[in-house]
Amino acid sequence: MSHTFHKGGVHPPENKITASCHIIEVELPREVVVTFSQHIGAMAVCCRSKGEHVKRGDLIAKASGFVSANVHTPISGTVTRLDKWKTAFGYAADTVTIVADDEDHAGDMASIAGRETLRTAKEVASLSDKDIVEIIDNAGIVGLGGAAFPTKVKLSPPSGMNADMLLINGVECEPYLTNDHALMLAAPQKILDGIKLLMKAAGTDRAVIGIERNKDDAIKLFEKLTTGDPSISVAALDVKYPQGSEKQLIKAVTGREVPSGALPIAAGVIVHNVATAYAVYEAVYLGKPLIERIITVTGPSVKRPGNYNVPIGMNIADLVDIAGGVPADTGKIILGGPMMGRAVVSLDAPTIKGVSGILMLPYDKSHRDAVQPCIRCAACVDACPMGLEPYRLATLSRHKMWDEAEDDKIINCIECGCCSYSCPSSRPILDYIRLGKTTVGSIIRDRQSKK
Amino acid sequence: MSPVIIAIIVLGTTGIAGAVILYAVAKKFYVNEDPRIALIEELLPGANCGGCGRSGCHDFACACAAASSLDNLVCPGAGTEVMTKIGDIVGLAPSTAKAKIAVLHCNGSCANRPVTSTYDGAKSCAILGNLYIGASDCAYGCLGQGDCVASCRWNAIHMDPLTGLPVIDSELCTGCGACTAVCPRHIIELRDKGPKGRRVWVACANKERGALALKECKAACIGCSKCRKICPHDAITVENNLSYIDSSKCKLCRKCEAVCPTGSIIDSGFPLTLKEMEALAATRHQQK
Repeated sequence: MSHTFHKGGVHPPENKITASCHIIEVELPREVVVTFSQHIGAMAVCCRSKGEHVKRGDLIAKASGFVSANVHTPISGTVTRLDKWKTAFGYAADTVTIVADDEDHAGDMASIAGRETLRTAKEVASLSDKDIVEIIDNAGIVGLGGAAFPTKVKLSPPSGMNADMLLINGVECEPYLTNDHALMLAAPQKILDGIKLLMKAAGTDRAVIGIERNKDDAIKLFEKLTTGDPSISVAALDVKYPQGSEKQLIKAVTGREVPSGALPIAAGVIVHNVATAYAVYEAVYLGKPLIERIITVTGPSVKRPGNYNVPIGMNIADLVDIAGGVPADTGKIILGGPMMGRAVVSLDAPTIKGVSGILMLPYDKSHRDAVQPCIRCAACVDACPMGLEPYRLATLSRHKMWDEAEDDKIINCIECGCCSYSCPSSRPILDYIRLGKTTVGSIIRDRQSKK
Repeated sequence: MSPVIIAIIVLGTTGIAGAVILYAVAKKFYVNEDPRIALIEELLPGANCGGCGRSGCHDFACACAAASSLDNLVCPGAGTEVMTKIGDIVGLAPSTAKAKIAVLHCNGSCANRPVTSTYDGAKSCAILGNLYIGASDCAYGCLGQGDCVASCRWNAIHMDPLTGLPVIDSELCTGCGACTAVCPRHIIELRDKGPKGRRVWVACANKERGALALKECKAACIGCSKCRKICPHDAITVENNLSYIDSSKCKLCRKCEAVCPTGSIIDSGFPLTLKEMEALAATRHQQK
């Protein structure tokens, strides 16, 4: 039996340059810019004022609604500015700037070196599922696979729906990225503790960790650690993109299919990333909110590519400098991986929770080929893991035929980019589908709100 | 009987029977349509642009025929002459609404706005705007991918390759408003065409504070209020660091244009001054 999903998918060159790199701790910066909208959902509301002194891990902005997440500061310091700051994509976002003086910095360094645990294993065992969800909520934990969906929302399914299985996503199918891989090798036991907490919170007694076969060391490590524990198992999966997508991972591991328009919980599964499990461990055992994450800084000509543990809010340009600066031949810098990431216009922007990688591509690899006419080869249809007809959806949204696009389930597109990747005429298929998806999505929301 | 004759008889009878049925049905279900609708529709441009607020030219013609007053019924594509003719057909006075034209609230040409990136995705402003800020640092100005050009049914808009901005042809623009609806930055406005086609407007949409706006674009409105202070007709308001000229109050004196420090107020339709003509002649001479 082959272990992967069957419909569509592609296999781009893996280019995992940083696969054997250990996690490098980044020194705490003296200044961070914390943005309020680091997750999917409503923007968090700032609860600090100018001139206020904050400690590392203090709450900066409070979640404003069910689908929202708290935001904390990764350094101690004084709030010096409350204003707009341009993100890496150029648009302005509300931010807080925190500046640390020598004393703050020394204090933070000492607290990191000390690293006391908040709860002992016994205390953790006595926590109820509700307690764990509350801790996760307070810690501002979001899905660290890239989408940054608030974790507590996934753990609070609609009534009547129950998960019988927790799926842990260690697939990391994006080329170049190795942050999850590095974390799995560095802290497997902590991840397993996090998984147990997530299982308790979700009310399931079974968890499966899905890992692709190109991470053989991680598979062996987890298999060794989970022998004798029947509740947690490891699924070694064949390498295929986009296996890290929720629906494809569920199909690959369980064979179940998530119905169109439904959440994974409808198939009885909740999916969390390995890094999210690690963040849950840190929040529950150490009382540490989500203020750091691992970011892969990579690219063919980067001087010191690696997996960096970065305080969230640190300037991207500073992080790139640590990795050896922007190579002279760079033509494009992408936040995330090459398949789903987005190119940036400026590096003078803060890092946020959803950034999994910074990829610097040389000039000759950073341009699209000239667009040719569609030759009706249906390569995009074969490649689409959601069973859609990308060429048709792209044409429909180019002609603004939203009703037809809705009928053809444009909303089901997961924006993996397999269609554009496989197109021999290098047509911008996904660009148009994404436009159609957002437009149709807002049409549907308008319709529902009128009802 | 030869098969040819059989075929003729069979097909002929079927044809005649069909014709009789069709005739009877057509008589029975005949819809009595106002004959004026066809007359009005003939006068209309037939572009189905939707600028009148109706679903198309036929719908507009029906509305005209059924209306008791033409005040709210104006075909922007047809012009006053045609509207007068329609008024004659239905026996009503045509609307006195002023002719409108699309103007662009951006002058961020390549020379004025420093280019910070290149975009090679799908040619669409809507797609680009969803992805990132665009090729300059201005989050308010023209994205330059020509969604307005594609939306125009009158061929009235084209992209100027030198400036990278759309140019609206005042002869061809009917003021239907298709471009204003499609622009993701909402920087195309329908304004009064003005007497003899003369009009003055602020060619900027940047709401940043002065210094920042100027950094993003040399031709940005910095909200300095000089224009508001000098305007003798109270036609100018400054809100969110951005000036706006109310075309209903503007008397086209162009004093604001003269004082604007960044040149973000521009005009159209005025005859050239002697100085401008000399400058134009000089550049033409240079080009030769």
